[in-house]
Amino acid sequence: MPKLSQVCRVRSKNAGPFWITLDLFFADGAAFDRYADAPQLGTQAIAEIFDVDAALIKRFTVPDLCVVKLSYPRPAAQGGQLERDMHGGQQYVRLLDIEL
Amino acid sequence: MTERLTGTINVIVPTGAVGAGVRDSDMQHGLAAGAHAIACDAGSTDSGPAYLATGRSKYARDSVKTDLAILMRAQASAGIPLLIGSCGTSGCDMAVDWMRDIALEIAREEGLNPRIATLYSEQQPADLVSAAAEGRVTPLPPMHGTDAALFAECDHIVALMGPEPYIEALRQGADIVLGGRTTDTAVIAAVPIMLGAGVGPAWHAGKTAECGGQCTVTSRDGGVLIRVGRDAFEVEPLSPTNACTPATVSAHMLYENSDPFELLEPGGVLDVRHSAYAAVDDRVVCVSGSRFLPRPYTMKLEGAAGGPFQTIMLVGIQDRGVLAEIDRFVAQMHAFLTARVEATMGAHAGAFDISLRPYGWNAVSGTVIGAPEPPPREIGLLFVATADTQEIATQIAKTCNPGFFHMPLDRDQELPSYAFPFSPAETERGQVYDFKLNHVIAVDDPIQLVRIVLSEKDALLDA
Repeated sequence: MPKLSQVCRVRSKNAGPFWITLDLFFADGAAFDRYADAPQLGTQAIAEIFDVDAALIKRFTVPDLCVVKLSYPRPAAQGGQLERDMHGGQQYVRLLDIEL
Repeated sequence: MTERLTGTINVIVPTGAVGAGVRDSDMQHGLAAGAHAIACDAGSTDSGPAYLATGRSKYARDSVKTDLAILMRAQASAGIPLLIGSCGTSGCDMAVDWMRDIALEIAREEGLNPRIATLYSEQQPADLVSAAAEGRVTPLPPMHGTDAALFAECDHIVALMGPEPYIEALRQGADIVLGGRTTDTAVIAAVPIMLGAGVGPAWHAGKTAECGGQCTVTSRDGGVLIRVGRDAFEVEPLSPTNACTPATVSAHMLYENSDPFELLEPGGVLDVRHSAYAAVDDRVVCVSGSRFLPRPYTMKLEGAAGGPFQTIMLVGIQDRGVLAEIDRFVAQMHAFLTARVEATMGAHAGAFDISLRPYGWNAVSGTVIGAPEPPPREIGLLFVATADTQEIATQIAKTCNPGFFHMPLDRDQELPSYAFPFSPAETERGQVYDFKLNHVIAVDDPIQLVRIVLSEKDALLDA
């Protein structure tokens, strides 16, 4: 079973002060077709990793770019008292070891 | 290969933000290509709530002045409009005035005499409370509610402008428009829309160019030029050594957007579902099929405020015993320090919080590390005290200093001394700032909430 980091490049970034967005760039169409709909990359699985309500997660597939995009609400707005990652740019690391 | 578009409206977008760096060579390439306008923004919420809550710029004044001087010289030499949105990072009124004063200083120093329009979109809490009562303010997910207190708490509230106030200022004769908070796309799309280019391509071109070179192969190699036609637009780097490809341009719609297909803008939605990206040559990309779907006109509201205060301390730890059991160590220390503050400061500490963040272990995620991991070689342990005033936060830090410095892993051990890098050990970090609003307000007219101030020609000569 490959890990996510072996089949795609992943990044995370703030999308406005209230959302983080995850972009999963698969290496090619074959990898995208094989894994884009994997339950490990579904809204429920991502909700558990980031401890948010699955119903609020937005999920998109962009076949032309071999991309899966997931956006989840921050538990607290960007930059507050307990902020640990202002731009959300390191949150993708929590996905890298997902086994597909 | 695709045929070049004709009759386009061309806009130089020299940078993702005024103050981040503008190159004179880029401006020369853009002007030589036949630009109709120069447009970019100077702000964002991207770097957090402090800039809106305080009204202060993220970028240093000298950085902004250097960039703005290059832009103003290009504007004067070519006689084309210069549009800058979200001035001073937050685009609140005092940030626009800060930018205007820099522009006036440059004009005096360089002997320039432009007509400068300033656009103000800061809103008063009381007006928004009234608008909310009329049902004209709507929260966007994940936020709920439009309580009056939400608006009253904010130190500054701005409404994000569309292209219309820029177009109005240009029609009134402005050479330079310095705008308050505006959507990144709108400031770039304004001149193409005004001069009759396709509305869908204009908005999509604006989105593509909003971060300057971010849509190019080498994102640090300067800005871009957009050429907007009736049914399509072209984008190319200003630098001859850089390139745009269909992949770099199409991928930009993903960047910092929660939705890759739709972007809600004032007065409509940019829909790129049917956009097609084609290489014109090895450095220019043509995008067709972008649509702008009109919607009732709304403006997004951003609001931020100052909250409690923080004082921080940092120690380095290489003690191998501690590093073998970081989670137990940090939990013990947190309990000890909290109890110490309660015992010595009592009610005076107020609603305080102590946060311990072991950098080199799990400070960034804050989550428990499940799988067995080898201990790190060292960690930096950050102490953050949060309290109602700076004075109390610092008193908490001082109270915690001995424990933070000397607490052993187990009681029977000799007292260690962890590695403080600074004296005094504590640093007053200042206030915590919070974003408070994630709402839209419905308006009848795009300029209803905007104030346009136009300087008279030759006004600078009297200054």
